[in-house]
Amino acid sequence: MDYPERWEIDDDPSLDEAALLEMLRAMLEIRGLEDEIQRAFTKDLVRGSTHLCTGQEAAVVGACSVLRTTDSMVCTYRGHGAVLAKGASLAATFAEIVGRETGLCGGKGGSMHLTDAGVGAYGSFAIVGAHLPIANGLALAARQQGSDAVSLCFFGDGSTNIGAFHESLNLAAVWSLPVIFFCENNLYGEYTAWRATARVDRLADRAGSYGMPGVRIDGNDVIAVRRATGQAVERARAGEGPTLIEAVTYRHRGHSRTDPAKYRPDGELERWLKVDPIRRLENLLATRGVSPERLQEITAAARDAVRDAVEEALSAAPPRLEALYEDVYA
Amino acid sequence: MAKLTYRHAVARGIAQEMRRDDSVVFLGEDVAAAGGVFKTTGGLLEEFGGRRVRDTPISEQAILGAAMGAAMTGLRPIAEIMFADFFAVCWDIVANEIAKMRYMTGGQITLPLVIRAANGGGLRFGAQHSQAIENWAMAIPGLKVVAPSTPRDVVGLLAASIRDPDPVIFLEAKSLYAVSEDVEDGEIVDTLGTARAVRDGGDATIVALGPMVPKACAAADELAEEGIRCEVLDLRSLVPLDTRSVLESVARTGRLFTVEENPRLCGWGAEVSSIVSEEIFGDLTGPIVRITTPHIPLPSAHALEELALPSAARIAETVRKALAS
Ligand SMILES: Cc1ncc(C[n+]2csc(CCOP(=O)(O)OP(=O)(O)O)c2C)c(N)n1
Ligand SMILES: [Mg+2]
Repeated sequence: MDYPERWEIDDDPSLDEAALLEMLRAMLEIRGLEDEIQRAFTKDLVRGSTHLCTGQEAAVVGACSVLRTTDSMVCTYRGHGAVLAKGASLAATFAEIVGRETGLCGGKGGSMHLTDAGVGAYGSFAIVGAHLPIANGLALAARQQGSDAVSLCFFGDGSTNIGAFHESLNLAAVWSLPVIFFCENNLYGEYTAWRATARVDRLADRAGSYGMPGVRIDGNDVIAVRRATGQAVERARAGEGPTLIEAVTYRHRGHSRTDPAKYRPDGELERWLKVDPIRRLENLLATRGVSPERLQEITAAARDAVRDAVEEALSAAPPRLEALYEDVYA
Repeated sequence: MAKLTYRHAVARGIAQEMRRDDSVVFLGEDVAAAGGVFKTTGGLLEEFGGRRVRDTPISEQAILGAAMGAAMTGLRPIAEIMFADFFAVCWDIVANEIAKMRYMTGGQITLPLVIRAANGGGLRFGAQHSQAIENWAMAIPGLKVVAPSTPRDVVGLLAASIRDPDPVIFLEAKSLYAVSEDVEDGEIVDTLGTARAVRDGGDATIVALGPMVPKACAAADELAEEGIRCEVLDLRSLVPLDTRSVLESVARTGRLFTVEENPRLCGWGAEVSSIVSEEIFGDLTGPIVRITTPHIPLPSAHALEELALPSAARIAETVRKALAS
């Protein structure tokens, strides 16, 4: 029920090869950086906690691929991929996670609060549901200022049970705000399966109670994600209001670094590894005639970019101690 | 007698009370099947079953509302708010509903319920998962506020909180979960509103709470080697506050230092300081000094968080300087 119907993903002839390769690059870089973060953890370079999005790359990359820099995006603590997909630099992202002064937030935010206002990544929020109302405000400002910019809001399946979800979707609908509520349903909220916390068949059905369209898509199919988000963005830009998208996907790792994910039924991870979004896009490219050598080239380039970024970040200094009292005003 | 961690003390305290009283129920996010994200509540589901130990959706308002409603009509709920920071998403239920019910209804309704949460910093979790919120809770009339610093106190104060007829905010120090000590077997029930002297000394009184207690003790030990003897008082609860113990101690030593993890403005130390000034100003031999986290959101980077939170070295240095001048 919560699993792709077919392994192959449908081609979209309107997308040229360059667009597909660009999405592949982005997904590979996110995958690579998350692997590096995991590695950095084992070397005690990352303190605190971290929430990897490995396996969910198609959702963030597909959705952000139809945005402009002037569109805004907000996401959760599981937001490394989203922020990168919106255009943040690999090195500054990694530097933030390992607490360096060259990090996106100068090391003061950390893994759960990656923010790069310059590329329209207006924050990673670690209070479940907190940013849904904020996404409305970003959309409201765009409207008020006469811009056709839209606001994309990523959140998890678990977040649909928090009160702010209800208030936000209703307000966005009532005001016809240009918001795309993008739910990455990765089947679990922390250690609990989403179906143990809701009695609807599809989270997308919740859209109906707010009078907005809701669609459920294969979140491991980057083309489907791009198409659905593209349609929602078009509606939003045209002033037709918000959309709820439920992208069904899977996180390959535990909720956070301390979670061995023992609550998963046997074989579930293996089943989902089979529908790895990166493999599926590579397969599509191969059927389009892109050579294995070309694909390898892209993989190698992504690997190099990640390696360089990690090196650059690790050679940076930790924040100056005076930074503790900077940006303090009250 | 056996070694008990602060973490396991939580489950022990809850189990002790659930065995004794069928009306005690426990609810929260991932508290049952998974045993809690901090592994504090393992084994409770197995022993008491899914009717009394419940996992909830991620819905803090619904959790506390359900706890409150159930407490109104005969249950004694324990609710978990995973990180104390998340109180902010359900503060209406806490501040406007739970805290006011008994008073506002002219005593018709009492709410015997406990809300537990992992409180405070020290783990590099960043600004939204590290806050010490004891001063938020203390600011609302109608809430008791308890914060244990040792595994034994977790059991005893939790039991006292569960048996208390009124709402208690029970703040566990997430930086202390791994700490262990020998704790006797059998039932442990403590008393709210009783501070405890954990170091003796006549030169100064250091009052601390929760995870600041071990830091204050380390500072006192360091100072003792230099011949400065400090009494360290573990408050253990802010409401009720054991003002008598504080006043007795300060009257003896003449100097008061408070060590607070909460941000500076309106921290509990200001209240303690004001009480001492009003009651025994004449016994003071020097100014009261508050040692706190600065009034800032907590940064994530290792060195910055380390610098922000009161440390044993900062406490010792502050006391040393103040006594020398
Ligand atoms: C208000 C609030 N409650 C609880 C938490 C603790 N918590 C952090 S992530 C999480 C699970 C969220 O699940 P979901 O929305 O599905 O996102 P995912 O982690 O799967 O990406 C929980 C319960 C929190 N951060 N904020
Ligand atoms: Mg989820």
